[in-house]
Amino acid sequence: MAVVNGSGVNQSGVSRAGANLSGANLSGANRSGVSGSGVSRSGIAPRPVTTWVILGVVGLVFLIPIVSMIEFTLRGADGGYDFRHWAALVDPANAGKYAPIWRGLQGSLVLSITTVAIVLFLLAPTMILVTLRFPALRRPLEFLCLLPLSIPAIVLVVGLSPIYLTIGRSVGTGVWTLAFAYGVTVLPYAYRAIQANLDAIDVRTLTEAARSLGAGWGSVLLKVLAPNLRVGLLSASLISVAVVLGEFTIASLLNRQNLQTALFIVNKQDPYVAVILALLALLFAFLLLLAIGRVGTAAALRRTTPKKDPT
Amino acid sequence: MATAVHERVGVVDSGRRRRRAPAPAVLGLLPFGAYIAVFLALPTGIALASGFFTADGAMTLDNLSALADPVILSTFWNSIWLSFLTAIIGAVVGAALSYAMLGFPEGGRARAIVDAASGVLAQFGGVMLAFAFIATIGLQGVVTLLLRDAFGIDIFADGAWIYELPGLVLPYVYFQVPLMVITFLPALAGIKPQWMEATLTLGGTAGTFWRKVGIPVLAPSFLASFLLLVANAFSSYATAAALSSQGSSIVPLQIRTALTSETVLGRENVAGVLALGMIVIMALVMAAYALVQRRAARWQS
Repeated sequence: MAVVNGSGVNQSGVSRAGANLSGANLSGANRSGVSGSGVSRSGIAPRPVTTWVILGVVGLVFLIPIVSMIEFTLRGADGGYDFRHWAALVDPANAGKYAPIWRGLQGSLVLSITTVAIVLFLLAPTMILVTLRFPALRRPLEFLCLLPLSIPAIVLVVGLSPIYLTIGRSVGTGVWTLAFAYGVTVLPYAYRAIQANLDAIDVRTLTEAARSLGAGWGSVLLKVLAPNLRVGLLSASLISVAVVLGEFTIASLLNRQNLQTALFIVNKQDPYVAVILALLALLFAFLLLLAIGRVGTAAALRRTTPKKDPT
Repeated sequence: MATAVHERVGVVDSGRRRRRAPAPAVLGLLPFGAYIAVFLALPTGIALASGFFTADGAMTLDNLSALADPVILSTFWNSIWLSFLTAIIGAVVGAALSYAMLGFPEGGRARAIVDAASGVLAQFGGVMLAFAFIATIGLQGVVTLLLRDAFGIDIFADGAWIYELPGLVLPYVYFQVPLMVITFLPALAGIKPQWMEATLTLGGTAGTFWRKVGIPVLAPSFLASFLLLVANAFSSYATAAALSSQGSSIVPLQIRTALTSETVLGRENVAGVLALGMIVIMALVMAAYALVQRRAARWQS
């Protein structure tokens, strides 16, 4: 009985999912769920020539720094071009010189994993709990989670430095401890990604159905809710990784080494290698965000398909 | 129906664990609550309050006089005009770019690529952005050398401004434009083609549509995105820190100086006072944003 009702409610959840997910999963920024739903927008759309002129001019201007970075890394002796700086990066003779970078990268990867763990095991369960048991707390939770957008990282550092002095004395000065601060930094982005997914599924019905069939809370979370939330959890994790890999302010002022502070240090000895690594990091972030976009679009398509062809 | 389900859950519950009383659900909120208290509320509180204490821990209002210091005032002024200037340029260029994107179908490949690129470049602000602009318009930058060798123009004839305040404008615009695309494109895509059709049916032209319908509907969204850009530039630190390793031309850099040296301008806890000033300005901008955004949301459903 509960199961039948569950699937019925889920249908309405599905139709909402189509409207929400297409816009909601991208880059965590302010994308409220507006979608064109396939209506021709020929009336408003600019003429193709306008589109291409604007896109061409802005695109070209934005490409100049990227192209400049590439040109910079290819500069050889006597004004010629060669791959010496790229080769130097993997040359074992330079291992000592570039050691800070590998240490920094390692630190950033550890921080990414720890921050994602905070998102998945602390933020997500709390959001589910609030949805299920404390609907009245939804707005306060949203306010809290979006608050870090209005508190500059540099201000947070002023307050974090005494806290990290205490942490340094009791837990140690390991770079992973920064993940606590980063968990706060990624909060707005992770919250938006997960909340968009929570809005699209009927958490309450799914939970009640599973519980009425005898599932414990553990199985409800892991076997019922987590699979339904996988798109939101995945994009929250990816955006968190992107933010953590780019973070400089907090690490630099709390004297911890991550990828960005290492780039900053190495740049003073060998600017070419720093620019090469910056290019690679950019490319990686671009692919990461393209993947987030894909995940969102694929999920939206999967969810809208049964609506078009009901069985 | 709902009660039936609840009763069932209750039956299963009591059947499974007859002895153990279920822990109140409120306990589940504690870990996250404690985390937020220690790593969001506490640091913000310390940052706000530390300006009111001397180094010995006694309460004082003397430190606040730092906000009237001419050096600090000019730092705030620099931060504010830099934020507004780059936000205006970013908002106009970003809005034009968003408009151009309407020419591509939603969910298509072109949109996906521009979305991803905007996401990357909006997050790009930082050390790597500084590298990019040093490679472009630095003393040995590509554009610098090109202008010098091909046109005989020395852009640094008046000094190496790239490492000072004016040098921040171009890098800031570089992350403002993509942020504008991310925040403004959804609002622009929310304009319904039917509104245009209705205008045309009633005898209007495309021009009437934009003047009487399109722009009035989009104005609040545009303003909200602009305010977000202002806040974004105002709180940005990494780009400026990487470009000028010594200077303190804008407030975040002044905070760095205050944090790394004991006394600035012969005062204590200047970092706390500056943080307080930043929070006040950010709160004003974000409050205006929330107000405008509420109005903008009317058309986005």
